[in-house]
Amino acid sequence: MSFLIPLLIAVPLCSAVANYLVNANSARWIAAISGFIQLVLSILIWKVYADFRAAGETAQFLLTAHYSWFPLWNINLDLGLDGISVTMLIMTSLVVFSASLLSWNVRNDAKLFFSLLNFLSAGAYGFFSSLDLFAMFFFLELAVVPKFLLIGIWGSGEKIASAMKLVLMLMGGSALLLTGLFVVYYGAGGNFSLTELASNRLGREIQLVAFPLLFIGFGVFTALFPFHTWVPDGHSSAPTAGSMFLAGISMKLGAYGCLRVATYLLPDAAVAYSPYVIILSSIAIVYGALATLMQTDLKYMNAYSSISHCGFILLGIGMQTKASILGSVMQMVSHGLMTALFFGAIGLIYQRTHTRKMEEMGGLLKSIPFLSAVFVIAGLCSLGLPGFSGFVSEMTIFVGSWEHSDAFHRVATILAAASIVVTAIYILSAIGKVIFGPIRQASHISLEPASFVEKLGTGVLVVAILFMGLVPFWFTNLISEDARLIMNQFTLLMNP
Amino acid sequence: MNTILGLIPVEAFLFCWILLILGLKISGKNSGGLYVNLLLLGVLVAIGLVAFPAPNAQFGDLIHVNALNRFIRGLLYLGTFFIVIQSSSWLKKHDHAAEFSILLLVVLSGLGLMVSTGNLLIFYLGLEMASIPLAAMASFNLTSKMSGESGLKLILSSAFSSGFLLFGISLIFGLTGTISIAEIPVNLANSTLALIAMVMIFSGFAFKLSAVPFHFWTADVYQGAPMGITAFLAIVSKSSIAFVFLTVLFPILSAIQQVWPTVLIALILLTIFTGNIFALRQSSLKRFLAFSSIAQVGFILMGMLVPSEKAAVSVLYFLVVYMFSSICIFGVAQWLEEQTGKDSLSNFKGLYKENPFAAWSVALGLFSLAGIPPTAGFFGKFFLIGSGFQGVSVWYVVLVGLNMVISLYYYLKIVKYMFMNEVIEELEKPQMALPLKISLGIGMLAICFLGLSNWIVNHLSNLF
Repeated sequence: MSFLIPLLIAVPLCSAVANYLVNANSARWIAAISGFIQLVLSILIWKVYADFRAAGETAQFLLTAHYSWFPLWNINLDLGLDGISVTMLIMTSLVVFSASLLSWNVRNDAKLFFSLLNFLSAGAYGFFSSLDLFAMFFFLELAVVPKFLLIGIWGSGEKIASAMKLVLMLMGGSALLLTGLFVVYYGAGGNFSLTELASNRLGREIQLVAFPLLFIGFGVFTALFPFHTWVPDGHSSAPTAGSMFLAGISMKLGAYGCLRVATYLLPDAAVAYSPYVIILSSIAIVYGALATLMQTDLKYMNAYSSISHCGFILLGIGMQTKASILGSVMQMVSHGLMTALFFGAIGLIYQRTHTRKMEEMGGLLKSIPFLSAVFVIAGLCSLGLPGFSGFVSEMTIFVGSWEHSDAFHRVATILAAASIVVTAIYILSAIGKVIFGPIRQASHISLEPASFVEKLGTGVLVVAILFMGLVPFWFTNLISEDARLIMNQFTLLMNP
Repeated sequence: MNTILGLIPVEAFLFCWILLILGLKISGKNSGGLYVNLLLLGVLVAIGLVAFPAPNAQFGDLIHVNALNRFIRGLLYLGTFFIVIQSSSWLKKHDHAAEFSILLLVVLSGLGLMVSTGNLLIFYLGLEMASIPLAAMASFNLTSKMSGESGLKLILSSAFSSGFLLFGISLIFGLTGTISIAEIPVNLANSTLALIAMVMIFSGFAFKLSAVPFHFWTADVYQGAPMGITAFLAIVSKSSIAFVFLTVLFPILSAIQQVWPTVLIALILLTIFTGNIFALRQSSLKRFLAFSSIAQVGFILMGMLVPSEKAAVSVLYFLVVYMFSSICIFGVAQWLEEQTGKDSLSNFKGLYKENPFAAWSVALGLFSLAGIPPTAGFFGKFFLIGSGFQGVSVWYVVLVGLNMVISLYYYLKIVKYMFMNEVIEELEKPQMALPLKISLGIGMLAICFLGLSNWIVNHLSNLF
């Protein structure tokens, strides 16, 4: 079964090449079919993985594949999955499938567009399934240029400035990452292998140097305060599929790195620096929520709220209890799906109303009922209503955080929980302005209803969100053993 | 075959070829196309001779022939071959194609001697044999004042740096009584005089490599010279010097190991920063490429911080990558310059709409120079920084890494011109000639696969 992961990476790569070689109409079909194949493959991987576990397989990573890459440097292409990466792969494939469907009407060189989109997803699959730090870095960087082109060519507004800002900030994060990776590499006597680094822990001094470099490096990708400034501009200038990908997947790459590399491999330093992580993520949560209140543009609103939501992920990682880490991973998936759906809905609404300003819209429920419903679902999930995925994940993070009984952790938890009230305010008022009330512009009275492709694209994500909200144990069962393994690193630390 | 001729079949062949071209010229043949084809054929045969497997051999300690310097020769000649293809349309129209061919072949044999040297004197001979004709070639746009200026600047700065070099060499000879590269490190004691000699030799090299603060000639020379020569200076000439730096200077400099990394890291940071910051503001294409190549030199020097097998492989690998990346950019740049008659970055505007192939060629070359995966440049930079990492403090490496951000900015600016701006001036002939297309195609394939596939790195690590 070890061919499954390479296959999952190869499908979008082949599709990227094929997209570019055919004409625009075939390109969108190829992209949709390739998205569907990726979705099927990732569900198959989930099934195979669950079967292995049910059969009592105890190895930490399954479905492993190993290719020697640069023997001189002891660099290998090691692929493998644990429960966390399996959930990430499913989330990625859902978002990619939906994004390719929602870009059905893209104009202006559609073949390059779909080609870049597939390139991005190949990078994400590779990143989530790599067990070698070099390979991880390679796949992470793979997405830099496609993002620049996607935003710069098909974006809106100040697209080129936003694209440049986004790419340069991410590259700055990568520069820190690169340095941090070499600190780890030489600290371990020339080793990039994740499993070997986890079992032979690095010295404390080395960890203390490497942790800030790695955590900030990955943190830039996931909008760690104060390195979040690329998020609002980047997301709002990007085309719909671009925003879906950026907020849904790209920000999770950083979060996954913070967890898998910085925290898992460097537990001593993670404990030492955890107050800073908690402070920064609490600021991001509160600041993001408050900034969202002031937005009038729907895309900016969702972009700022992403900063706040990704703050929860980092907060969970910083709290370092089993439940909080579990919650973090759940939040990665939940936010990935929810924000992609939200951006998708906003994009579709914008195509029809030609405005993203909330005060220029109103009463859309009457003219485009389906898209309005999708918008409302995404909004309710974002504010953490029970029954949706957002509730499950945020709740788990709070429960995990509350296990710490000292004042510092309690204050951070309460602050984070309180921000949900702010979230409720901006989400409900946005829904009120845009969906309900009177129709404000004559041209909005009769709008084109959602096509089948668009219904399918958004429907997939809606189902996934409800599924995760209603039967969360399917996901928690998958993840909790791996969260325990990550926590093991800390317990070993406390009782050597 | 232990005669000197047996050892240097390439030089012998090039010499005959020069005589042939000279003969044709004297007999009054004056067709540019003929000489271009002869030149291409000559370089191709030279590549074949180098690639032909031969046992390691040496002539005294003067000239060594081994797998390593056969490899670098092959690389240099291959680069030259591509450059000649890319400038063939310019050269065909030139009245003095024959003279150009002769000069280029002399340069090639000089470079060949230089990289296979086992002795400082042969090294110096090869270097001069390569530099003096180059200066003549830099002024080959005979009607252009700038080209003349460029040639003059190149010859003056070459002479100046050679002076330094020779002074250093003579000090070394005075101290150790030998000019054999293998024997110098053994006999060289640590003394003030040795340090001065090292500084002299090092400055000479830094001049040729255009490392800051010895870079002032670079931008002017690059700008004035014909594009083909600019490419030759930036790719072939620079690579050969970097190679000699690695194999000749490295063993000698190990004698003053304790000051070496400190001096070098200062120089590296200065070089990368200066190159990058000046490249930000250029509007002339050639000046832009000049400064960006200065920044690349800084990265190459990263690999010279800590002597190790990894470092040597990284430097050589980067030279390969750098050559292919630059070929992809220079080829299109020259094609555009011929059509618009301007040496300006705005030539690139809207290129993707007019000729996607050319735009992708430049884009891949730029991504590779910027170190973005999956291009080979990513691996090259990663290895270079990694091999220099142990020699210096973490924060210097962070600074070097941040410089990749600056460089990404100006590289992406060109990508933006090509993909996002509108065409400002329609090209007369948006289609390229087939040979040019093939050369770009090979370059693009190399950029895409030299890193993903590990064979070249493995091959290089077998050479040491």
